[in-house]
Amino acid sequence: MSTEGSGLGSDSGFGSTPGADPGSGSGSTAGAGQRKVLVTGTSGMLGRAVAQLLHDRGYFVRSLQRRPVQAPWESLQGSIVDPDVAAHAVAGMDAVVHLAAKVSFTGEWTDFVSTNIVGTRQLISASQHEGLRDFVFVSSPSVAHFGASIVGAPAGTANPDLARGHYARSKAAAEEIALSEDSPEFRVTAIRPHVVWGPGDTQLVERVVERARAGRLPLLDGGRALIDTTYVGNAAEAIVRGLERMDQAHGQALVVTNGEPRAVGELIAGICAAAGVKAPSYSVPGWLARGAGSVIEKAWTAAGSRGWVQDEPPMTRFLAEQLSTAHWFDQRHTQAVLDWTPSVSLDEGLARLAKHYRG
Amino acid sequence: MVAVASEQTAVPQPVSAAVSAAVSQPWPGVEAHWRQVRSVPSTASVDPEGASRQWHYLDNEADVLATGLEPRGTLLCVHGNPTWSYLWRTLLAGATSPETLATGGPWRVIAVDQLDMGFSERTGTFRRLEDRITDLSDFTAELGLSGPVVSVGHDWGGLISLGWAARHKDQLAAVVLTNTAVHPAGFALPPALTLALHPAVHKWGTTTSSAFLRITHGLAQPTLANEVRDAFMAPYQTIARRAGVGNFVADIPATPAHPSWAALDAVSTDISALDVPALMLWGPKDPVFSDRYLRDLLTRLPQAQVHRFEGASHLVQEDRDIATPAFAWLADHLAGSDADATADLTAGTPASAAAASADVGAYVSMLAEVDARRSDASTAVVDMLPGGGTRALTWAQLSRDVDDLAAGLREFGVKAGDRVNLLVPPGINLTTLIYACLRLGAVIVVADAGLGTKGLGRAIKGAGPDFLIGIERALAGARLYNWPGIRIAAEDFTGSTAAVKKPLLNVAATVPQLMANGRVTRLAGYPTAFTAPEPDADAAVLFTSGSTGPAKGVVYTHRRLAAMRDTLKESYNLAAGTALVAGFAPFALLGPALGATTVTPDMDVTSPRTLTAKALAEAAAAINATVVFASPAALVNVVATADELSPELKKVMAGVELLLSAGAPLGHTLLTKVQDLAVNAALHTPYGMTEALPITDIDLPGILAAGVGNGVCVGTAVDGATVSIAPITAAGLVLESTTAANVTGEILVSAPHVKDRYDRLWITEQHSVSIPGWHRTGDVGHLDTEGRLWVEGRMEHILTTSAGVKTPVAPEQAIETVAGVARAAVVGVGPMGTQAAVAIIETIPAVKRPGLAPAALAAAVRAASLSVDLPLAAVLTLDAMPTDVRHNSKIDRAKLSRWAARMLAGEKAGQP
Repeated sequence: MSTEGSGLGSDSGFGSTPGADPGSGSGSTAGAGQRKVLVTGTSGMLGRAVAQLLHDRGYFVRSLQRRPVQAPWESLQGSIVDPDVAAHAVAGMDAVVHLAAKVSFTGEWTDFVSTNIVGTRQLISASQHEGLRDFVFVSSPSVAHFGASIVGAPAGTANPDLARGHYARSKAAAEEIALSEDSPEFRVTAIRPHVVWGPGDTQLVERVVERARAGRLPLLDGGRALIDTTYVGNAAEAIVRGLERMDQAHGQALVVTNGEPRAVGELIAGICAAAGVKAPSYSVPGWLARGAGSVIEKAWTAAGSRGWVQDEPPMTRFLAEQLSTAHWFDQRHTQAVLDWTPSVSLDEGLARLAKHYRG
Repeated sequence: MVAVASEQTAVPQPVSAAVSAAVSQPWPGVEAHWRQVRSVPSTASVDPEGASRQWHYLDNEADVLATGLEPRGTLLCVHGNPTWSYLWRTLLAGATSPETLATGGPWRVIAVDQLDMGFSERTGTFRRLEDRITDLSDFTAELGLSGPVVSVGHDWGGLISLGWAARHKDQLAAVVLTNTAVHPAGFALPPALTLALHPAVHKWGTTTSSAFLRITHGLAQPTLANEVRDAFMAPYQTIARRAGVGNFVADIPATPAHPSWAALDAVSTDISALDVPALMLWGPKDPVFSDRYLRDLLTRLPQAQVHRFEGASHLVQEDRDIATPAFAWLADHLAGSDADATADLTAGTPASAAAASADVGAYVSMLAEVDARRSDASTAVVDMLPGGGTRALTWAQLSRDVDDLAAGLREFGVKAGDRVNLLVPPGINLTTLIYACLRLGAVIVVADAGLGTKGLGRAIKGAGPDFLIGIERALAGARLYNWPGIRIAAEDFTGSTAAVKKPLLNVAATVPQLMANGRVTRLAGYPTAFTAPEPDADAAVLFTSGSTGPAKGVVYTHRRLAAMRDTLKESYNLAAGTALVAGFAPFALLGPALGATTVTPDMDVTSPRTLTAKALAEAAAAINATVVFASPAALVNVVATADELSPELKKVMAGVELLLSAGAPLGHTLLTKVQDLAVNAALHTPYGMTEALPITDIDLPGILAAGVGNGVCVGTAVDGATVSIAPITAAGLVLESTTAANVTGEILVSAPHVKDRYDRLWITEQHSVSIPGWHRTGDVGHLDTEGRLWVEGRMEHILTTSAGVKTPVAPEQAIETVAGVARAAVVGVGPMGTQAAVAIIETIPAVKRPGLAPAALAAAVRAASLSVDLPLAAVLTLDAMPTDVRHNSKIDRAKLSRWAARMLAGEKAGQP
């Protein structure tokens, strides 16, 4: 991450001590005036990038994740669903960046409720009890995506009733819970990075590459839907800016992207090229994939509950919608509120991805 | 809905129950606090002495009070049948909008539900026109309405509001009308109304069923949203509640025997005495209140300003935003006491009024050269006939024919100011007709067949000519599509079918007959003197090409037409006696005015591409022409057929000294090929448009010297014209003008030959003159350090990306240098201010199916576009670009943009 220059000035928005300089501290003990931030969900690519960026910028970082990690900051292992873990994690902190979530296209609804809804509520309660000031909830644009195209739209309001799929529904509920707690004393912002990818990404990049390698990745409708994505470094920067610009950002949900919509077919071809696999060359109609996705998803879930399959289904309705309808956003408000622009372009991101795959 | 359900009887109903039903419903667009109920003592003759009636109406008084400002006046809005006050909700909302407040303060808006209509009382009486005018007067008296009032009406409500207006002249400040009629004597009922009045249809259609309501609501373009349709239906749920709807229709006076005929006659006569400003906002697709009623109203309220919303229908309030233009118009015409009184009703010309008045002394009539050559036996006009041969007139013959035809037209009934639509191909016949009309002071309406039948029909209906003169094919079209105007055939009918055709095509006369009539008058020694038309009277209505939406009518006065001639003359040194080939329509009409001998080549005028090199050279040979006017599309074909030229014809082409190509910019590649053909000619391509022609000029050496830049270099301003740039903000707004170099913005022009105004397009006209002293061209470009103008595209083609405003021409030119690219268009998709840029490519060879460009091509196109600072979201390929009908050269980027938006949203895209 150190190669991704931020070029950002310091803001007085975060913390209660105006003029605090977070740039000098490092190591595992908090220095005087150093801002202390809990980052949850750091076993994932984005969570790790956020923790690293905060660390690099001189924040005192404590991370919480389910798996043990090697990190130059204080690291806790556990689940936010456990109230004791949550209380322990926020103790002595000034702020929270909450990324921990169950992210999957499939799975039982109760699992999503437990981690994404109950877990978030738990962490907020613990933070309020501990007297923390700021809470960044990392959300997803899918909380306000109801299946239709999004063409240069602003963020929109999260709606658990309309959001598609368990993941989006649970995140929508969690975002609503988080933002409803926003007040001058406990400031909450929701940052929604859209389709985050980068070196080491298991969510988008690995799925695309594996399926392309297996010849199981069709383009939908010729891959012509425009989709905006977010390079992981940019997403991490925007999240950190959310913390630093809390004066402006609190109470709002902000979609974050690279601001470079691309046809999904080109995007997939770019990722495949970076990974050295052949890009998909066949196309199926979007309506067919959406219909088939529903069927496959149900069959897979049924099979999964009987222990017949372990992996994810090759196509789900949600995925088919994501790949066959446009979703790109108006970034002007986000960039103004965060006083930030993405520092890594799409093409530069793909070049870094290629470098990663070449080793 | 309980209240409504109980109203199955025809017994008069107290209004409160119905209103409470209304209040309980959230009608979209209506604030609950607008709804008012009032008991009004009635003086209508249909009611017993001392009766009172319950009125329901919408009133924004509370909103006006909340602004803390004094209202400028009151809009009294009267709905027609079968709507209700709901129709006016956008006026109520717009009356206190920030924009309205910024232009002189709030307006009070009162929209009534007429008795027996909407949520007003069901009286159980049959209220006729006279009663309804009295009702409205009772209502305003009870309200104590004081101060200036603007009467606003729609449908039959227009008639009632005008009746009120005629009785309240002391209060009346202005009249606003939307699709209505005053239905005077002698005017036939439209067929749809005749049907509605037929006893068999009437009761069933209007009362028993709700068919009339549903049909009326179904007229909206586009279709009404369900909740809006429900709101319109709400007061008319039962047969009892619909009684007023039926009675309203039954009160339409079809014959003088009808009881309401006298009242109708009175209103239609009285309004001629109204001298207040008037605005008419019209939906021309209305099957009932069609353009003919608009034309009739214009004869009674000639001061009226008109905007016809092309594509809108009867419910124009639903189809288009009428509130914004209505309040803008009111601000313009009813200035408060603090502001300068600017109620200059006839002014359509602020743009270059100053420039025009500076030239007042220089005005020379369009007929001056024709008049000066009454005894000149040299050739004036020549037609190249299909299959060889020529037809020619000397100046003496031309001036005689012009006078004779003018006299014949006058005897036939054509008066100064009448509009005469000329559907005649270029050549001697058209030339004679044009100058005869100019002589008479009749206004020529010249719509060119290149618009296509549909576009042509729209243009003709919009201009509303009093007379239509056409060749047989045009007359057949006029009959088929019911184009307005008394029909005159351009030629005599010959042969065995003549006796049939004349009545079949409903032709009242033929041009040869009229000319012969005029000749008899002259030779018999009767006076044939003509009063010269006023220089500032209308002379012509021309039409835009339609490449940017429906063709717009553009009005030229005699002064401005003459200025166009003078500009051409000065800029290209076209002395009288010049011999020119007229291969480009607008300039063809100027030949005789220039004193130039003019030849019309043999070509199909509906398709400029049919001009061949041989036809051009033969025309030039016929008069030893030194000047050629042509269109780019024609020149493409001329170059393509250059091999046909014999050595003799090549020599003729070598005699051409000046070749002018107008219509669309020409690349130097084509011009160089033209130069090979006309080796001694100076090749010029003027830039301009129907509204201002020409504006700038450049020649081939100039194009080569300018080289490659952002856009197409069109040179410097022609004689008498000034060019300036209005920079564009990120929001796509234009502010003020600058002549600073390298600032991209909307191109502005000021010149004595700029159009007088757009025809019956008040909103369009206001927009075009909104930067004082200038005509806004709608084109985007910049001036370079040497003062040359570069055109970068159309205003509607600019891209407003999050990185700012971008124009398409520079990236398109960069992309067209990529191997395998034939043509490129760059468009924006998505909302203003955050658009994504998309390149659409015609490839060599053409693709079979539209889609994403192959990876290698996409990468090369991206790189090319990025080199001029425009990152692309997508690169699409297409087999052929959509282009405009007339020139076949302007890419329809608006269409492409809509297509690209569908493609990139993953929707079914089809063809652009």
